[in-house]
Amino acid sequence: MAHVRLWNITKKYGDVTAVNRLNIEIEQGECFSMLGPSGCGKTTTLRMVAGFEDIDEGEISVGQKVFSSSAKKFYLPPEKRDFGMVFQAFAVWPHMNVFNNVAFPLQIRKMPKSEVLERTQRAIKYTGLGGCENTFPNELSGGQKQRIALARAIAINPTVMLLDEPLSNLDPKLREEMRFEIKDLQRKFGFTIIYVTHDQTEAMALSHRILVMDHGVVQQIDTPINIYKNPANKFVFSFIGLSNFLPVEIHDGAIYIEGAAESGPITRLIPPEIREKKMTLAIRPAEIDFVTDGGVCGMVRKMTYLGDVIDYRVMLGSVEVRVQKSRRKGIYREGEACMLKFNRFLWYGRES
Amino acid sequence: MLKRFFGKIGIAEVLLFISVLILIVVVAVPVLLILWTALFVDGSLNTKDIIHILSQPGTYEALKNSLVIAGGVTVLSTIIGVFFAWLVSRTDLPFKETMKVLFLVPFMLPSFIGALAWKMLLSPRSGYINKFLVDIFSLDASPFNIYGLGGIIAVETMYLFPFVFIQVAGALERMDPTLEESARISGAGLLTITRRITLPLMLPGIAAGALLVALYSLAHFGVPAILGTESGIYNIPTKIYEQIYQSGGSFVAIRTGTILSSILIVAAGLILYAQNLVLRAGRFQVIAGKSMRPTLLKLRGLKIPILIFSLLYIFITVILPTATIFLVGTLKTYGIAFTWENMSLQNLKYILFDWRMTRDAIWNSFYLSLAAAMITMVVGVLISYTIVKMKVRGKFILEFLGVLPFSVPGTVIALGVILTWSGKFGINLYNTAWIIFVAYIARYMAFSLKSNSAALEQVDDSLEEAARACGATHWQSLRDIVIPLIKPGMVAAFFLIFLPALRELTTSVLLYGPTTRTIGVAIYALNEDGETVYAATLASVALVIIIVGQLVIKRITRTTVQGV
Repeated sequence: MAHVRLWNITKKYGDVTAVNRLNIEIEQGECFSMLGPSGCGKTTTLRMVAGFEDIDEGEISVGQKVFSSSAKKFYLPPEKRDFGMVFQAFAVWPHMNVFNNVAFPLQIRKMPKSEVLERTQRAIKYTGLGGCENTFPNELSGGQKQRIALARAIAINPTVMLLDEPLSNLDPKLREEMRFEIKDLQRKFGFTIIYVTHDQTEAMALSHRILVMDHGVVQQIDTPINIYKNPANKFVFSFIGLSNFLPVEIHDGAIYIEGAAESGPITRLIPPEIREKKMTLAIRPAEIDFVTDGGVCGMVRKMTYLGDVIDYRVMLGSVEVRVQKSRRKGIYREGEACMLKFNRFLWYGRES
Repeated sequence: MLKRFFGKIGIAEVLLFISVLILIVVVAVPVLLILWTALFVDGSLNTKDIIHILSQPGTYEALKNSLVIAGGVTVLSTIIGVFFAWLVSRTDLPFKETMKVLFLVPFMLPSFIGALAWKMLLSPRSGYINKFLVDIFSLDASPFNIYGLGGIIAVETMYLFPFVFIQVAGALERMDPTLEESARISGAGLLTITRRITLPLMLPGIAAGALLVALYSLAHFGVPAILGTESGIYNIPTKIYEQIYQSGGSFVAIRTGTILSSILIVAAGLILYAQNLVLRAGRFQVIAGKSMRPTLLKLRGLKIPILIFSLLYIFITVILPTATIFLVGTLKTYGIAFTWENMSLQNLKYILFDWRMTRDAIWNSFYLSLAAAMITMVVGVLISYTIVKMKVRGKFILEFLGVLPFSVPGTVIALGVILTWSGKFGINLYNTAWIIFVAYIARYMAFSLKSNSAALEQVDDSLEEAARACGATHWQSLRDIVIPLIKPGMVAAFFLIFLPALRELTTSVLLYGPTTRTIGVAIYALNEDGETVYAATLASVALVIIIVGQLVIKRITRTTVQGV
């Protein structure tokens, strides 16, 4: 039984279709991420779940309860949905201290004073804000502000937590730390997370499943590992990590870089899914090795230190390939000849 | 050492020195002289006279009236301003963009012309609305009387509420909508959100606007002069005017004026200090994040009634008085009906071409405003540049001198200018156009500093540094980089001074001589002399100039926005 269910959701702004026939089923206790470039419709989708945007078509339900339905002309306002939500810009109220910020949703529900006190303190403790109860937000750092927002969201013990790029306004180190804290909170409270981000590592680190979206259309819904290993299309492949897309052609029983047959074949094993003469080979820079024998011949055009890793641009004929290798595997200089072996790669048609 | 010092002096330094000198001579000296004259006689502190003057019933009454008027106007303006600001930014009221513009129209219309119009409509003896109502319902007496505190408060509110409106509407629009959304998702309804989140966050903006209204109303001359004097109601500025006017500019009267002025200065200082505190306390970072549309309150069944109410408000406060001025200005004599036979453009021809007094007044206002605007704009650029960009020690003195005129009411400036330029320092400008010119510079310097500082803060330091790195001198980088970039701000400053100066009344009314009437003074004098129709005709001319000027500003600011 799905916990949160989005059925055939469509949202239009004038002539622009922001979200097109979206179907998602999210399990109880799952961490579900929506990933995509800005303007892909992920935030719109989250705001439709939250109730800030109405839907043009489809139905949204949580548990047994319908929250939005175009057919039934029904729409539950956001304040009645009992969600926890965290926004990118923190959205903590500057005129209230930490305690009052966190206690607000409890006070709104007219809980008895003792319960408000107990729950607020618990939320403050779990988010690591103990001792800051009487502090005002403008005296706190960005990370602490986002903790207030988190505490406020978990205070009512919601079954669903909506997170709208909650870490994008934090610096990279803090971002990593907060990721784990969000995971921890989920383990403790057991809520379902719907998480919107444009950062694929964040989505990978947090989620049980990831939805990759582009132009309001679902590209793939899968586990992080499957998204990484078997991207459904070129868009997902390129969005989820560094990528090379190489034009290749097949002749004389082998696969060659297009126009660079003299460099040698990439492989002689032609997979059965290849039906056309010209294809696109997709490979991540880390999946390419330098070898001394039996690879494709090329020449290092550019070499850049990135700390532990060295980034190479290697020319195979007129095609440039990006390779990333650990420094410990030896260093190739610019202008040096080399040989590349392609390990894990995927095939896409030329046009897809 | 000396050579190094002089070697550094270029054109920029010389100009800076001159501008600081202008600021001191034109702004600081008059204000100090007022305080000095009020407090000291023959070099010793003079408490006896001060107490004597303040305990006179006339002055005491004026103080009380000023407070009552300022209090009433502030409260009313705040209520109206907040209500309409909320209406245009947080509800689904139709034609919101147009309404927003319309609510700001009273800003550019001179309030004393508005008072004139309301006098024509609601004076007990001959007001058109009163007469109309008496005729229809065959009443025994006029239902309305605009003369009095109530009338003054009502008319001032019509022209001052935009201060609150603009502050609050701006703050509401800049506010991060997620602050309200997070309250909604926490379970709060729109009313709770408005009460517990939106209003508290808007409080600094509301307070800032309200204090500005108080500051203006406290020192306002035009409306009380037209609607109060008739029934013996004076506030501080009109009392000062009356004292000086009746005694023909005697020193005793001027001294009384300086004591009343000192009270205004202190009050204005306190108001600005309070505003500063409010704004500092309220420096919440409510502006952030990707902005989405805020949730709008659906007015549903109230939509049309509220729309009609708003349009009616605009009609009554803007269109009705303006139309009245234009119509009365064409009448043969005041009080007759608006029929085609009674109306003509004869009056217009007469005041524009035939009557020396009005012709002179228009010409005086025109060249005085133009010259004052030019000088103030240029000096304003240099002073703002020093305040914003240069790391000079002691620049806080400049900053203080710069905002000083903002807190000094027009009446006080006029008095200070009289004290300074009536031969005390060997220069006597009294009864010449020069004294008005100097007063305008003092009065409008703050406008220029504000506009130019804002423009300069937009120009990143690195742009100028890049020019210096390319080999340009300080002066060259100023001329080729900074000035072109702040040109829109300079043009805005020019018009911000030129247009208000053109219709200025408060300062000019204390300074004019037989041949140096300005448009404002002429309208006021015509009204006092009972020449209501000519007053209206001249006021129509002023309104046309103002409206055309505003359209020009709009044109210019729009093109610069496109240019950036």
